[in-house]
Amino acid sequence: MAVTDLTACEIRKAIAERRLSAVEATEGCLRAIGRLDPKIKAFLSTDPDGGRRRAAEIDRRLAAGENVGLLAGIPVAVKDNMCTADGQPTTCASRILGGWRAPYDAHVVERLKAEGAVIVGKTNLDEFAMGSSTENSAYGATRNPWDLGRVPGGSSGGSAAAVAARLVPIALGSDTGGSIRQPAALCGVVGMKPTYGRVSRYGLVAFASSLDQIGPFGRTVADAALLLRATAGHDPRDSTSVREPVPDYLEGLEEPVRPLRIGVPREFFSAGIDPEVESVVREALAVYERLGAALVPITLPHSTDYSIATYYIVATSEASSNLARYDGVHYGYRSSDHTDMIDMYMRSRAQGFGDEVKRRIMLGTYALSSGYYDAYYKKALAVRRLIRRDFEQAFAKVDCIMGPTSPTPAFHVGERTADPLAMYLSDVYTVSANLAAIAGISIPCGFTAGGLPIGLQIITDVFTEGRLLRIARMYERETGWTKRAPPIVEDAA
Amino acid sequence: MSAAEPVPTIGLEVHMHLKTRTKMFCGCKVEYDVRPNSNVCPVCLGMPGVLPVMNGKALELAVRMALALGCTLPGLAKWDRKHYYYPDLPKNYQISEYDQPLGVKGCLDIETSQGPRRIGIIRVHLEEDAGKLMHAEGGGNYSVVDLNRTGTPLLEIVSEPDVHGAEEARVYAETLRQLAVYLGVGDCNMQLGQMRCEPNISLCIGADAQGKPRYTPISEIKNLNSFRSVERAVTFEIARHREEYEADPAGYTLEKQGKSTRGWRDDEGVSFLQRSKEEAHDYRYFPEPDLVPFVPDRQWVEEIRRTIPDLPEIRRRRLINDAGLSEYDAGVLTADRLIADYHEALAEYVRDAKMAANWMMQDVMQILNERKIAISEFPLTPQAFGDLVNLVASAVINRNTAREVVLPRMLATGKSAGEIVKEEGLAQTSDESAIEAIVDQVLATNAKIAEDYKGGKKAAFGRLMGESMKASSGKANPQVVKAILARKLGG
Ligand SMILES: [Zn+2]
Repeated sequence: MAVTDLTACEIRKAIAERRLSAVEATEGCLRAIGRLDPKIKAFLSTDPDGGRRRAAEIDRRLAAGENVGLLAGIPVAVKDNMCTADGQPTTCASRILGGWRAPYDAHVVERLKAEGAVIVGKTNLDEFAMGSSTENSAYGATRNPWDLGRVPGGSSGGSAAAVAARLVPIALGSDTGGSIRQPAALCGVVGMKPTYGRVSRYGLVAFASSLDQIGPFGRTVADAALLLRATAGHDPRDSTSVREPVPDYLEGLEEPVRPLRIGVPREFFSAGIDPEVESVVREALAVYERLGAALVPITLPHSTDYSIATYYIVATSEASSNLARYDGVHYGYRSSDHTDMIDMYMRSRAQGFGDEVKRRIMLGTYALSSGYYDAYYKKALAVRRLIRRDFEQAFAKVDCIMGPTSPTPAFHVGERTADPLAMYLSDVYTVSANLAAIAGISIPCGFTAGGLPIGLQIITDVFTEGRLLRIARMYERETGWTKRAPPIVEDAA
Repeated sequence: MSAAEPVPTIGLEVHMHLKTRTKMFCGCKVEYDVRPNSNVCPVCLGMPGVLPVMNGKALELAVRMALALGCTLPGLAKWDRKHYYYPDLPKNYQISEYDQPLGVKGCLDIETSQGPRRIGIIRVHLEEDAGKLMHAEGGGNYSVVDLNRTGTPLLEIVSEPDVHGAEEARVYAETLRQLAVYLGVGDCNMQLGQMRCEPNISLCIGADAQGKPRYTPISEIKNLNSFRSVERAVTFEIARHREEYEADPAGYTLEKQGKSTRGWRDDEGVSFLQRSKEEAHDYRYFPEPDLVPFVPDRQWVEEIRRTIPDLPEIRRRRLINDAGLSEYDAGVLTADRLIADYHEALAEYVRDAKMAANWMMQDVMQILNERKIAISEFPLTPQAFGDLVNLVASAVINRNTAREVVLPRMLATGKSAGEIVKEEGLAQTSDESAIEAIVDQVLATNAKIAEDYKGGKKAAFGRLMGESMKASSGKANPQVVKAILARKLGG
């Protein structure tokens, strides 16, 4: 069995028992990346030398009997919108940050290092995390390991594809409107968006500050739990991070949640859902029923009708502000053909940003403009409160909410690039959890007849990640979908 | 249209740096005159991924100033982003407070040559300062930027348009500065850019048919950095408005021309147009999602309120009205908060504000001037100094001995007044028989002077007093000497 077939928890155990070294784990991943990534293009940059050095150091420390941490020797990939100070680039898949080197580590990167992880590289994304297919990258699209003609989802498509193709056991992504859960579903892995404030955003390059949240990818629920435990917790540098204790998510993971009332919102099975997705997800719900759970029909009246519109006002408004700093003055890309200062601003931004980023900056700038603010941004905040209330009312009756993560399985590369609205609808079931600031996870729950993975989304209330993971684990143990590898991995083996 | 004289109507926006050790949203030091770009970090450089964290001390100082201005604290402090592109603003937005400022509806009492005035305060709010852009020397086609100032905590104080002249505008700014310095809120050194004034000037030109006042267009003069330039710029603008209005009474009105922004050339003494109404910015304010709204704790606010010292004007009035001090003395003793505090402590210790004031004016202030030191460097506590004052008040030593002998020794040795009087045997005597013997002796040796006095030369009494005190080596109680002399001379 190849080291890349091991889960993070298995690597952890093997390293602890000295059956495996950190260097072997890292070399295994680097080999897999070398072999498969030219086809998948999950990574924007790798750091083989730094990774080997770091792995060797961890082996030395383990040999010296030191406690190296929760992730000792485990190779990890990080989405390229999180800052790393080790001289590797942080590009956000944008031309405007081409060549930029972050002078500091993001909080999560510090946490990974402190827990002994080996960061082997940084993964591709839609530029500034704006997109649902990882096609909006200035450095080329990432491909779905289950079908190289299809997208991996996005915006954390690089991290999802890297985990699905077993290039790394675990990876970090960020989720603003579904950017972890949707690619997890499309790539057949586990991806979790924790409660807003659960993981510090310090060092995560902001897209939409009130929605962005960092979360884990893994092939199993336990791996996601492990990575969440290593990265969650209060950080005084992020005023929106919460002083809520971080439980050991692995402890009690095997304990089923009983009794379990599952809310099934009518709106999550609305028109537009792919029939195969619907039947696979309904089967998954039946599995829970067999496990003793009660399915409770519920309604989230504001969550689908208004969530996409609300999301695209809130997110683009914040983005237009967050991305104002990329002006060619202090760092990053600067045009060379400008005539004066204003011209430098305009040309640097026109040449540095891709179309989708420009589209969102323009939408957000419009929504915040004097005379439009009340009709758009302020209204969107009011609807956001209604969406939050929908969930509060639901959680008074049920322990979790389930439905499909994405209305369709992975679509073809290029299929939706000409139609931004069709692309935006990829997130129709995921954005409301961001707007409501609650926790959500996507776990593999089956395949289409053509062999494309399908994800089950589970949503729980704020700061109940422990219970959310246990609910996910109940299903995983019963079904074993998370054990299946894409053909490309098996062909290579 | 009435022919009434147009009335200048002026509101001021004042920006001041708060006296914090570190910046508003990061841990960088606030320092002046240091190497450009030496006090910067990823946060104040606006690097990708950084987040702001509020400086609690800045909030405390802002609350302090707001309370001292009598403002109401609405209870929720919320941050907003104000967007505009400029190279001295790395994020291209400024974190500020827009629609829910920290403090509202206060006032400031000022003393002008025309008498006291009360200027209303519309709002007090916190924000971050920007950096400094400097254009290349020798006409090079580039600029350099220093971001040391970026993120310095800034308090903006906006007055009602209650100011009606150039002198008032200057005095308002001066009084605001005095208050901020007094409260320890800011140093307000205008040369260092720690305080900047922006008057908004318009003339009230009568009223329309409905009785609504009419105005000339508002002009805002940006970034005035001396009190003198405030007065000069306002004087200039009032004259300019008057001229423009007289030339075109129908067209030069607020409705027709709105508001413009102007700069001030101090060397030439003229203002110049920077931006007219048509070019007005849309700042696209929206709530700062990286900071949570802040509800100042009521108890915390009350604690701050309790530590606010009496304001200079209140103290000054009290010294004049209650303690009977002259305007001049009261002014000197309240101009500096630490001197006022010292005087207050001394007055309380010796239980006499006027007596304490005399000692402050004649002795303490003189020593401070001679030694060129601040009251904080004065070696004696109000209590130690008060012991000396009390020895004089209770006639143990006389005033002259206290000043010429005891005080210098206290300063030199650090010993208490009581110790020095005891060691040197300086305590004066009130023993009547002993003093009578001295007086008799003096009268015998100065018979001629005694005769002069009896003959009507009143000044001769003083000479006999002096001789008697000298004969007692300064130790005789002057009151007793005076009484005995008077009796002997039949006065
Ligand atoms: Zn800083």
